[in-house]
Amino acid sequence: MNGIHDLGGMHGFGPVAVERDEPVFHGRWEGRVLGMVYQMVGFGWLNIDAFRHGIERTPPVEYLRLGYYGRWLASLERVLVERGVLAPRQVDARCDGTIIPAPPLPALPDTMAGPFERTLERTPRFQVGDPVRVQVASPAGHTRLPRYVAGRRGIVTRLHAAYVYPDTNAHDRGEDPQHLYNVRFDATELWGDAGEAGAHLHLDLFEPYLESA
Amino acid sequence: MSDHDHHHHDDDHDHDDHDHEHDDDLVARRNALRAEALESILVERGLVQADLIDTIVARFEQDIGPLNGTKLVARAWIDPAFRARFVADAWAAAEELGLATGPGHTPIVVLENGPAVHNVVVCTLCSCYPSALLGLPPTWYKSPPYRSRVVREPRVVLHEMGVDLASDVDVRVWDSSAEVRYMVLPERPAGTDGWSEVQLASLITRDALIGVARPAVPNA
Repeated sequence: MNGIHDLGGMHGFGPVAVERDEPVFHGRWEGRVLGMVYQMVGFGWLNIDAFRHGIERTPPVEYLRLGYYGRWLASLERVLVERGVLAPRQVDARCDGTIIPAPPLPALPDTMAGPFERTLERTPRFQVGDPVRVQVASPAGHTRLPRYVAGRRGIVTRLHAAYVYPDTNAHDRGEDPQHLYNVRFDATELWGDAGEAGAHLHLDLFEPYLESA
Repeated sequence: MSDHDHHHHDDDHDHDDHDHEHDDDLVARRNALRAEALESILVERGLVQADLIDTIVARFEQDIGPLNGTKLVARAWIDPAFRARFVADAWAAAEELGLATGPGHTPIVVLENGPAVHNVVVCTLCSCYPSALLGLPPTWYKSPPYRSRVVREPRVVLHEMGVDLASDVDVRVWDSSAEVRYMVLPERPAGTDGWSEVQLASLITRDALIGVARPAVPNA
């Protein structure tokens, strides 16, 4: 989806603010959120792709305002409500000291917590050194194709293993494993004259994102 | 709630920084409240174990962190055969040094920096990072400024963060867009001949493992 999460290349965010001697967590709640997400994903209540898609659907202003673990929390709540694990507004009620009864637990979805590497019988369509072009598409759902490489030409530099395809797995439409490639792009192919000389971008792209160039 | 209670909720809304801080405060309080509420619900339903959260938090606060990366890089600097094994299979090398944390890890690709090549890692879509080996990423790595800019103007961002590269250096930005993770094997700085592995490890920072810093001898 063309969401606020797809930040590559955007202007206007200002300098990178580095915090010296940063703690691992800035408040106790951040660690609690991380521990909840690891367990809910680990036990199979949501897969990592569905969790990422939940983050991406955070409305843009809220996405920027909530901060990193705030987005995690918002996604966890959103996806668990969608899956019937939580009742809508159940967390609000708990915060207010009122009670909304919990729904009966749904069956545990048949979901893998990882690893995501898979064996694929069909041979890869591309080899190292092949010129490729990234497809132009604006799917409304989850994808790992950043907008800034859409339609751009690059060269395959690595053939990774085959992996679970996030574009289907996020929506519980199956793992549909795909070959994964690392593709190298010239900065000027991506940014035109604004591209820095001698700079290259490397992205890991699934086979359905690519066509021969 | 923590150290922010001294902020007065007054009417001083004419200063941007103040408002920003004020807003961050409110957001953190709201997040903390909702996290507590959600945890209590999930624990009641038996879906989450509170003590397992404690264990996960303690692992990231105490056991898994950039120290693992500094040990791997220091060994790679003094032992070419180990370096080759590390570059070929980061997890096997981590296991060799007793740093691996269990089976079934996301693969990690090791990117070697050298005189003609400088690698730097980002995740523009979220914040993918080799966390199982190097711990959780710093806040700046997860922030919109870094994620938006380093792919478009890596030399400028690196300069701002303290790394100046000659114009003929190939800058390679690795956007971790799938389930493969990347870490940088930085160059060993000059003036460290004869240094011990422990001394060398002390020069290596988390930021050098991401590619936004270069190890250097202090005052050299």
